[in-house]
Amino acid sequence: MQYTIQVNGKTQSLAADPQMPLLWVLRDVLELKGTKFGCGQSFCGACTVHLNGVPTRSCVTPISMVGSAAVTTIEAVAATPTGRAVQNAWLAVDVVQCGYCQAGQIMSASALLAKNPKPTDADIDQAMSGNICRCATYSRIRAAIKQAAGLPTVDSRDKFL
Amino acid sequence: MMRTSDNPESRQASLLSSRRAFLRASLAVGGGLLLDLSIPGVMAAPPDSSPSWATLNAFVEISSDGIVTITSKNPEIGQGIKTMLPMLIAEELDVDWSSVRIEQALSDPARYGTQFAGGSRATPLNWDPLRRVGAAARQMLVSAAAQTWSVPAAECETKSGKVVHARTRRSLSYGRLASKAASIPPPDLASLPLKDPKDFKIIGKSHPGVDSPLVVTGKPLFGIDVTVPGMLYAVFVKSPVFGGSAVSANLDAIKSQPGIRDAFIVSGVGPFNGLASGVAIVANNWWLANKARDLLEVVWDEGATAAQSSEGFAQQALQLSAQAPATKVTSEGDVVQALASSATQLEAAYSYPFLSHATLEPQNCTAHFKNGKVEIWAPTQNPDAGRKIVAKTLGLTDADITIHMIRCGGGFGRRLMNDYMVEAAWISKQMGAPVKLLWNRQDDVQHDFYRPAGFHFFKAGLDGAGKLQAFKDHFISFGEGGKAASSADMGANEFPAKFVANLELGMSLMPFGVPTGPLRAPGSNALAFVFQSFIDEIAHAAGQDPLQYRIGLLGERRVVGAFDTGRMIDVLTTAGEKSGWGKRTAAKGSGMGVAFYYSHLGYFAEVVHATVGARGRVTVDKVWVVGDVGSQIINPTSAENQVQGAALDGIGEALGQAITLNNGRVLQSNFDDFPLLRMKQAPPVEVHFLKTDHPPTGLGEPALPPVIPALGNAIFAATGVRIRSLPIDPKLLA
Repeated sequence: MQYTIQVNGKTQSLAADPQMPLLWVLRDVLELKGTKFGCGQSFCGACTVHLNGVPTRSCVTPISMVGSAAVTTIEAVAATPTGRAVQNAWLAVDVVQCGYCQAGQIMSASALLAKNPKPTDADIDQAMSGNICRCATYSRIRAAIKQAAGLPTVDSRDKFL
Repeated sequence: MMRTSDNPESRQASLLSSRRAFLRASLAVGGGLLLDLSIPGVMAAPPDSSPSWATLNAFVEISSDGIVTITSKNPEIGQGIKTMLPMLIAEELDVDWSSVRIEQALSDPARYGTQFAGGSRATPLNWDPLRRVGAAARQMLVSAAAQTWSVPAAECETKSGKVVHARTRRSLSYGRLASKAASIPPPDLASLPLKDPKDFKIIGKSHPGVDSPLVVTGKPLFGIDVTVPGMLYAVFVKSPVFGGSAVSANLDAIKSQPGIRDAFIVSGVGPFNGLASGVAIVANNWWLANKARDLLEVVWDEGATAAQSSEGFAQQALQLSAQAPATKVTSEGDVVQALASSATQLEAAYSYPFLSHATLEPQNCTAHFKNGKVEIWAPTQNPDAGRKIVAKTLGLTDADITIHMIRCGGGFGRRLMNDYMVEAAWISKQMGAPVKLLWNRQDDVQHDFYRPAGFHFFKAGLDGAGKLQAFKDHFISFGEGGKAASSADMGANEFPAKFVANLELGMSLMPFGVPTGPLRAPGSNALAFVFQSFIDEIAHAAGQDPLQYRIGLLGERRVVGAFDTGRMIDVLTTAGEKSGWGKRTAAKGSGMGVAFYYSHLGYFAEVVHATVGARGRVTVDKVWVVGDVGSQIINPTSAENQVQGAALDGIGEALGQAITLNNGRVLQSNFDDFPLLRMKQAPPVEVHFLKTDHPPTGLGEPALPPVIPALGNAIFAATGVRIRSLPIDPKLLA
């Protein structure tokens, strides 16, 4: 089937099986390697992209379901001030260990902040628990989200400070 | 191809062509450094005005405009080595970190010495040698300046990429000196002076990961991102039973599917870490190859282990526990008599399951077999071992194989094995084309080299004052012929060995057919749980504070074998202070637990505060970690990140992870049934380092082992229920 989709502000026409997940269209057809394959079943969040700003697991989103939705990937998340702030906070806090999950983390975090500019720790738990970090950089992901939001980076869950 | 430095492509090409002329430096096994005095080479400036590059040794190149390229020799798996190793060189070279560019080395042990990521070894192996590499290059630059100025080298100093002659107020940048310096014979490394640590400008300061800007912008960086022109995509379907082989398959039906280029049976060669038997499906894109598996029908010869199961192993272990251990690991005093005469006797059975590594980037490799040679792009922790297996399996020599070490999306020990590398090379050879092999998550969970399960049957005896006078462990593990399987062994120094007058550690081995291998803190990640939990039971039986009881067991400050009790006492004491041990009033359902463990040369004590809620749900509220890894934390930001990650990794293992076998098969297949820790489960982890007058050691692993028993001990404090089996079963706590 022939599809025309909007990816990172560009119109892309391509031929693909209707079942082909957006993840593999992005990675192997459009050569956008930033979106990662982790589990193939929406358990880990490594493949998170935005569809009209909504964080979406591209590994279970068939190309036939994308339609005219605006697809944003890690390669273009910095086009919004929020996305850029999140990327910068990730660097300032030095979040990354292996880095494999971080594109998905940044996509979930930037979608959270776009909707909720001053999230609580509970909001962060809610929005980010679909994204696994196998290196468990969770403390720094939490701090980076708050830093991007201009909030104090202290973990309010810590009753022992 | 991806690139990890920001130098122009043209420079890379000319560098490659001039490799043969390089002054060679290599690290001998064991850390000794030799500089091979072959002809030093200086690259001619290209016709355009781009800077020329001078090579001072295998690790250091300096451009005429003062940019310093430092080669990082080891695989990057998220442990931060690509940043840390160059920091050691840059410090002694005396350059500003902002002028440094880092390149990932090829796998080339003759040039760089051993290149691997494992055992938290990079710091102890490289702390001294790589600083000497930097100091040697610095001295060559000083000599070049001294010759230029006709002054004694001893009068010259260096500062921020310049050589300075204070008396005559002259200075020359490294960029200006590099070409001349490259023609100066390298100095004797062993006698080079190194900086006083108080003068460090780079070491000891936090430096964010050098690849992080590429990570957060989604640049192709990982093995899975490698693209080679003309590349095909492959999946490789292996027997659900380990060691099984493919007899036949509906290959014609598979080949008729859209986009499929070929499908064929691979017979398999050698042991688990050789080439497994299976069915390769090669397609125009990976999704098509993977999708074709839905139609694949394979007749497997499941081999000898199709009946093995976790349940069966547990039953067999219980039977073996009634017999005497097959081998004595260590024995002191008379444990039988001491147990019999003890005022208090304890007995407990502990167990833990097989575990998968579950790197978030599934195993993958890109290989291009051409004209009897193979070029490999692999996320690997152990490239040279991969080269040897590929050479053996494909009938090549080591020299026929080029391995690019690509950043790994997690390692944890999984990528010390290179089975996926062999598969990719084999399939590329069959196809006569470059091939990217990628496993799906089910492949990854079901074809790992697992952390072995284990069963421990403990006894202990206390005298009337609560002093531990007898200790016995019968460890039922896996292996054959008296030899434990990989990561299934126990050493004679396992604490409290050498700390109890009457002690016996014994083992019995069960033969099995499961591939096993190192998982982060191998051995220790399991042994810490059982020993530090049972010691907690002993402390409670003695009616004593578990932290103070441990300090009492450690006894006098002294060195026992390689183990320094004073260092452990200090981290334990500090963990108590930082966590408010003994000073907090626990809420109902909450409690604190402590444990310590010495592994990978690191001393760690950890305290966990946990709460057990409705239906036995465990919440880890906080972890305090105190570590002693010697005199210097090289990159503090990375060190803290590693330690926090290690502690949370252990909590994830304890809370939910088990690989279970039935009918010879792994039952788990993805993150729904092999759960990794998530954000909402991850407590704050407070990290403290004690700096002591010992050489710096590694941090990837030693913070993991003690957190698991500390959690179990906290649950006991909270509920009175002792966790003797992993993962923690909420039903026991409800």
